[in-house]
Amino acid sequence: MRVVEWFGGLLVLLGMPFFFSGTLGLLRFPDVYTRLHALAKGDNVGLGLVCLGLGLQSGSLAMTLKLLLIWILMLIASATGAGLIARTAMVRGIKPWGL
Amino acid sequence: MAWATVAFDLLLAVGLGWLAWQSMHGTGLFRAVVSFMVFGLLMALAWVRLDAPDIALAEAAIGAGITGALLLSALSRWPEADGSPDVDRRRRWAPGFWMPTAIVLLSLLGLAAWRLPAPGLGVETAAALGLAGVDNPVTAVLLNFRAFDTLLEIGILLLGAVVIWSLGTLSQPLAPTAPSPALPALGRLLFPAFVLASTYLLWRGGHAPGGAFPAGAVLGAGGILMLLAGARPWLTSDEHGPWRWILALGLLAMLAAAVGVLAVGQDFFQYPPALAGPLILLLELTAGLSIALLLFALYLGGQPPVRWDRGPTP
Amino acid sequence: MTPYLVLAAVLFVLGLHGLFVCRHPLRKILALNVLTTAVFLLLVTVARLAEPLDPVPHAMVLTGIVVTVSTTAVALALAARLAAFGRGTGGKRRTDGS
Repeated sequence: MRVVEWFGGLLVLLGMPFFFSGTLGLLRFPDVYTRLHALAKGDNVGLGLVCLGLGLQSGSLAMTLKLLLIWILMLIASATGAGLIARTAMVRGIKPWGL
Repeated sequence: MAWATVAFDLLLAVGLGWLAWQSMHGTGLFRAVVSFMVFGLLMALAWVRLDAPDIALAEAAIGAGITGALLLSALSRWPEADGSPDVDRRRRWAPGFWMPTAIVLLSLLGLAAWRLPAPGLGVETAAALGLAGVDNPVTAVLLNFRAFDTLLEIGILLLGAVVIWSLGTLSQPLAPTAPSPALPALGRLLFPAFVLASTYLLWRGGHAPGGAFPAGAVLGAGGILMLLAGARPWLTSDEHGPWRWILALGLLAMLAAAVGVLAVGQDFFQYPPALAGPLILLLELTAGLSIALLLFALYLGGQPPVRWDRGPTP
Repeated sequence: MTPYLVLAAVLFVLGLHGLFVCRHPLRKILALNVLTTAVFLLLVTVARLAEPLDPVPHAMVLTGIVVTVSTTAVALALAARLAAFGRGTGGKRRTDGS
């Protein structure tokens, strides 16, 4: 039991750098497309690790499954949202950086 | 770990204040609206810190979700989006007026909070919870002890929808101008998940944080997503059935319950304890459906046409 | 709980300031929302200080959130109509910033 909890804590800690790099990309990347790229990649992996870690720490299967469901919904929503934002930016004539 | 929670509270409070400032004085209306939406989401976190998970759920679903959708939709329909300067530099009288007003109102508010009866009603609510028919004290207060408030609140929602619909008919298409093939697919894929989540919240409301308001907000948000994916709001057309009546169903059901208990010798809104549980579940179901459709109706911003003669193809 | 009491006061003053100083109706509506949030925050913090936790302010704030969203929706619809109506007549000249 104790090992599982430690492992859960480790997963949560592992998720943190992904959030950090996603946020760093959002702040430092030059245009909307690269920022979306950083957010949709980094934060999704980070959220997955944090959800898995919290699920392991909770010690109940139902809670773990609920957290994983949240992660899956978040993946779908984030992919669609990023696509929509990028498409709207394209239609509005925002050129990708470097082109 | 006490210092960690204090640091978290301080960080949250500073962030909230900054976002509130940004939502009123940040450059550009879009930034203002997005700052306000983030403000709502962080407020949900603050409600959790203040041991109010019910409010956190409602704030995340209604305060950030539905209000954000309303603001963004209003922003896209605004005639001239961002041409004018946002803060009036010429109103020199403003500090002389707002500062005394703020001080007076703030001290009145502080005085009112100071004069509140000290221990609150926690003990009384806990003592009467056995008669309420539900285990969650907030749901008990909302739908039993102070059900009159909830009745009036659903009335206000209905009134808001009536006012907005009577301002005119819906003129513009609601789907985005650059539709993506992913969005209709997502709408179709996720709408059952919205129904499932709101049913879960409704069922949970009896014994844990949840209930009709977050459930209705989640279902209404699902409707808004379908609308953005290109679905038609056929609320007013009769060919799909009398859906319009669901707008008033919650109010009518609460009124019927309030008056109906008079027939069995109780007072107005005083449920018989044996029947309280099923009655509250029924009221939550009808109120949840009504709240979902009412929030959806508020989002429309105008009465949908009765006949879709020249509407966009679905 | 002190940070939240201070935050409630700060948000209240910010909201009131925005309500008076901002000229765009959308920002005024946002300021009104911040103002209501400040009052909710005060109520819930006071409820948190009570022992045991007082659920009545929680229910009142829930009611308040729903009332706020209806008010916001009506205000937005009215302001958007007003802006569309006043654009042609010049009646909105003062608030359009020309």
